Amino acid sequence: MLSILRTVWEVFRHLFRKTVTVQYPEEVVRLPARWRGRIVLSRDPDGEERCVACYLCAAACPVDCIALQATEDDRGRRYPEFFRINFSRCIFCGFCEEACPTYAIQLTPDFEMAEYDRQNLVYEKDDLTIDGPGKYPGYNFYRVAGLAIGGKDKGEAERERPPVDPRSLMP
Amino acid sequence: MSGALVPVVVVFGVLFGALTVAAGLIWLERRLLGLWQDRLGPNRVGPFGLLQPLADMIKIFMKEDWIPPFSDRVVFVVAPAIVVTTVLLSFAIVPLAPGVVVADLDVGVLFFLAMAGLGAYSVVLAGWASNNKYALLGALRASAQMISYEVFMGLSLMGVVLLAGSFRMQDIVRAQERLWFVVPQFLGFLVFAIAGLAESHRLPFDLPESESELVAGYHSEYSGMKFGMFFVGEYLGVTLISALIAVLFFGGWRGPWLPPLVWFLLKTFLFIVCFILMRASLPRPRYDQLMKVGWKLLLPLVLANLLVTGAIVLAR
Repeated sequence: MLSILRTVWEVFRHLFRKTVTVQYPEEVVRLPARWRGRIVLSRDPDGEERCVACYLCAAACPVDCIALQATEDDRGRRYPEFFRINFSRCIFCGFCEEACPTYAIQLTPDFEMAEYDRQNLVYEKDDLTIDGPGKYPGYNFYRVAGLAIGGKDKGEAERERPPVDPRSLMP
Repeated sequence: MSGALVPVVVVFGVLFGALTVAAGLIWLERRLLGLWQDRLGPNRVGPFGLLQPLADMIKIFMKEDWIPPFSDRVVFVVAPAIVVTTVLLSFAIVPLAPGVVVADLDVGVLFFLAMAGLGAYSVVLAGWASNNKYALLGALRASAQMISYEVFMGLSLMGVVLLAGSFRMQDIVRAQERLWFVVPQFLGFLVFAIAGLAESHRLPFDLPESESELVAGYHSEYSGMKFGMFFVGEYLGVTLISALIAVLFFGGWRGPWLPPLVWFLLKTFLFIVCFILMRASLPRPRYDQLMKVGWKLLLPLVLANLLVTGAIVLAR
């Protein structure tokens, strides 16, 4: 009986507590930096697009919402001819970001993507590409992995380290 | 204002007042529950979310009003109306201020108990007509709960009636001139409050509904405004029990400085808030616990209370 009264009293005291509600549209929600929101395609520090159209993101995607087509420029550099993400399917799992070898595809702390028309949720490459390097400033895939050019293979230039053996277990 | 108009104004005032309060309770309850759970509750529609009941009303009228083909159609349709009708009829005997009452019956308390008894039909018939096992289980529970708690409810009021010497509500309020009946009849007040909770099947005693076990109990099959009627009936019941606690135990319209009507409304509001607080804080008992407390604790208590009160009244 006393415990019941105490319960009632404890609940009543909550009337004077501060509420935890965030009044969203007026108050801005602070999202953590690793929040998995809207997907972007980033550029390396030189302003080139990072994506090498390896299809790993599309393969990793559990809901198959990523579609792209690889092509090559005149120097033999692979890049996506088109890159399409259907956000009405996307479940924001972040697997594409984990699969990406060049840090090109990244998830950002932004969820305000509501649309009245479902078709507007299909983002093309122009909608996805951002101007900056995203979460990895200063990272350039080809500086790390090396680049083969005519007459010189990877790691054969002066003061260039030999390429990583991807089949070795050693770091 | 001519003399013939006064009763009409009172009748429609009580009718619209009760319905407005019942609608407003939807907002008040959700807001208070929110605050007690460190949330805000509905605060978007209109100032402080006060127009929330209106939005809810529009929504519920737009909903599909489905009558299941396997149900007993006539009874199914009539059942939700019964609870609203009986509770609204009970408001007729509640005195708001000296002389301001819809029907100044000399059997006021008995009339209220009779209407509460009829109210049980609504739930039982709704559960039966739905032709659904959960609804039927809810209705079974409701019938047992309401019938047994009616016993203590009636008996708990007899102490008040003995002290006041009348069943008429206005006489009961007048008899509390020097002392509110909550002091000599504290046990009666406690039992009446508990039985009132059970009678309006509000949350600690919402076993007929118990959404965690019986889908939605007796109104599982109801939708649209028929479902809304059950809710309006429930909130009307809360208002009615609160008003009756104020009238029977806390001196009704009596109080210093403020006008009588304001005192009555203030006291009623206070008890409504208490009802919501009970809902916010207490868990639902098991069904056998409910029955055990009723018959083994409340009934002897209230009988002893009645005997002692009777002895004291005789000895005076």
